[in-house]
Amino acid sequence: MSQTPSNLAAGPAASAAALDRWHDDPVLSVEHLTMRFGGLTAIDDLSFSVGRGDITALIGPNGAGKTTVFNCVTGFYKPTEGRIALRRGRGIADETIRDLTASGAQHGRDANGEVFLLERMSDFRITATAGVARTFQNIRLFGGMTAFENLLVAQHNVLMRASGYTIGGLLGLPGYRRAREAARERAIYWLERTRLIERADDPAADLPYGAQRRLEIARAMCTGPALLCLDEPAAGLNPRESAELNDLLKYIRAEHDVSVLLIEHDMGVVMEISDHIIVLDYGKKISDGTAEQVRTDPRVIAAYLGVDDEEVDQVEEDLDHEEDEAAARSATGGAR
Amino acid sequence: MSAIDPTAVEARPEGAQLKNEELRETARGEPPFAPEPILESRLQRSLREAALTAAVVAGLTLFFFAFRTDIGIGGLDLILQWPLWFVWIAIAFAARFVLSYFVYVPGRKLSDIVKRDKTATSPGAATGARWLGRAVGVVMLLIAATFPFLIETLLPSQDRYLIDLAILILTYVMLGWGLNIVVGLAGLLDLGYVAFYAVGAYSFALLATNFDLGFWVCLPMAGLFAAGWGIVLGFPVLRLRGDYLAIVTLAFGEIIRVILINWGNITGGPNGVLGIPKPTLFGLDFGRGEGSFSDFFGIPYSSIHRFIFLYYIILLLALLTNFVTLRLRKLPIGRAWEALREDEIACRALGLNTTNVKLTAFATGAMFGGFAGSFFATRQGFISPESFTFIESAIILAIVVLGGLGSQLGVVFASVVMIGGIELLRHLTILQAVFGSDFDPTQYRMLIFGLAMVGIMVWKPRGLISSRSPSAIYKEKKVIGADLVAQGEGH
Repeated sequence: MSQTPSNLAAGPAASAAALDRWHDDPVLSVEHLTMRFGGLTAIDDLSFSVGRGDITALIGPNGAGKTTVFNCVTGFYKPTEGRIALRRGRGIADETIRDLTASGAQHGRDANGEVFLLERMSDFRITATAGVARTFQNIRLFGGMTAFENLLVAQHNVLMRASGYTIGGLLGLPGYRRAREAARERAIYWLERTRLIERADDPAADLPYGAQRRLEIARAMCTGPALLCLDEPAAGLNPRESAELNDLLKYIRAEHDVSVLLIEHDMGVVMEISDHIIVLDYGKKISDGTAEQVRTDPRVIAAYLGVDDEEVDQVEEDLDHEEDEAAARSATGGAR
Repeated sequence: MSAIDPTAVEARPEGAQLKNEELRETARGEPPFAPEPILESRLQRSLREAALTAAVVAGLTLFFFAFRTDIGIGGLDLILQWPLWFVWIAIAFAARFVLSYFVYVPGRKLSDIVKRDKTATSPGAATGARWLGRAVGVVMLLIAATFPFLIETLLPSQDRYLIDLAILILTYVMLGWGLNIVVGLAGLLDLGYVAFYAVGAYSFALLATNFDLGFWVCLPMAGLFAAGWGIVLGFPVLRLRGDYLAIVTLAFGEIIRVILINWGNITGGPNGVLGIPKPTLFGLDFGRGEGSFSDFFGIPYSSIHRFIFLYYIILLLALLTNFVTLRLRKLPIGRAWEALREDEIACRALGLNTTNVKLTAFATGAMFGGFAGSFFATRQGFISPESFTFIESAIILAIVVLGGLGSQLGVVFASVVMIGGIELLRHLTILQAVFGSDFDPTQYRMLIFGLAMVGIMVWKPRGLISSRSPSAIYKEKKVIGADLVAQGEGH
């Protein structure tokens, strides 16, 4: 306990400094996101940013609302309130987003790039135009199709345009043939990357569990995303496969200019690869920072390990007190 | 409590043992429960089971076969038909004996016998199956291409009937292939497919009788109209899954038929449309006299020429359907259909507009239904709403399901079996030799046909050809077992 006060005192200042990193150049900014199902508030006024090129982890105990956040970001749910802005391009002005929000349109652009308001878009359009790809907690592959076919389906929109919406493809025009070859190359590239090339012609449902997880990531990457959302990619993997997954994610981030947002329970994976961790509990953000900051955050420890009720109250009171003080300090200092 | 009483303690194990023995005794009779203790020989067991079956059949059929009442003088006459009853008992005995002796062997599961080729993923088996499939396809194509001439040389006395039957079978092959796009590839259960058949038929019939347009001009228009109606059907069912999808498509089929009946001043109502022109070969008709086919080529007129011509039209149309379907399967649109059947949510997560995917599937399937419909109209020369009842939809769907969802060759087999089989039963005079001369096989053909369907569904629950071959291959083509392939909505 002797460490706690100093930690807490350092906490807000440190996180303020760190916050800048992902607030500077976010690929995704979620603001005041609220999702209610009837009387149940699954997400309550949640705001966070995903930095461009970062691996951002969304963690929290079961039922914290992580997958709901994912479903809101990828358009499977329409959020009750809030704004989810995806920025393709560095340094897009806040005014652009503000104007876009006021205009009621789904997507706009300025000199620096494009902005998509995901909460206004339907699920498939988010993947097709905004460039958000996702995987599922319970793997959703096309089981009766081969691994290779799975990756070709992911390139549907590109191929569809190239085939002249089927007419050119039926006639076998050269433009379509080129696109088909490119799609093959891309599929083969990702099969090699995920070490599935040997099993390219096997039905996806026949692959072992770990291979199915990798194939789902490969399939998501074949859509050419800017943001890759992975729902528990390490669930059910053995330690060796988890380590491989880490390498794959690092490779994707390094080589493909893709930001990664992932939900994960495997703390080994989370702590090792994440640049930024957001902790949810009961639909609220309880911590937000680097792995080091989150690991030592007493609220996170309380949420994960569980403490006696009185102790939680005690901790929360302490924290609120500290936060008030910090807020007062920053207010008087005019930092904000 | 009673544990203190020594007699009770002694009585308990005995009771348990007795019960155990009873259990074992009851289990022994049924092979699935008692694989190890074979106390009696195979023959004995089979005889016992056959006797038991015969006794059950005897009891059940006593009043149906043995006694018969006829209206007689001053009341009813009772006729005793002991021989008929004994024949049925003998059949039951023999059938059960054969089953018990050869099929229900203890220690061998029935599923092992029938599902030997469940997942043929070994490369050797896959290539073997592929070659077999291709060879069968080529042979069937050759037979189909030369069929009228084969019939002319082999069975000239029945040529008209057999070519007409072949035309009917090919019409169903084409309808099956069209529906296969919707049900087999896209996995959308459509119980109202006959609606598109009707739209195609009426489009041609009405255009031809009102505007004097020929078959070849109307054919593409009929296809387009049907495709349009496919989209009309597609919209309301976009969000429906499973049973709801099946019910709405069924209702759609009925709506079209009811409209055709009641829109009398356009469609002719229940009287239908008469005088639909026959197709011509580059302007040559198949009648007698000036400017006809026989006149132009200087050959003697024969009514069979028209049948042969119709046969080749439907063969070409069916092959076009097959060709386009196979081609589409390898294109992104076809892959999207199959992906939709596998997992709709994953499709959306990959950026596929599932609305478009579904609508294109409905429209493409409907288009081929429309082609088949206008062919039907020109062949018959007369159409009425009676030709487009639900039973037609059911037969087409049965062809697709029986053949194996998504399998092109399976549809051909199933059509031959279902349409040709029903016709064949009409002429099974051999049954009369068994059941007496007043036995009319046509009355039993639906029963026999139903039994055959049940049999196929027991042995081949996913259809005659149930495996799927991938539409794109990296190195080596492997056939995918039916157990891995999803069936889509409504199955």
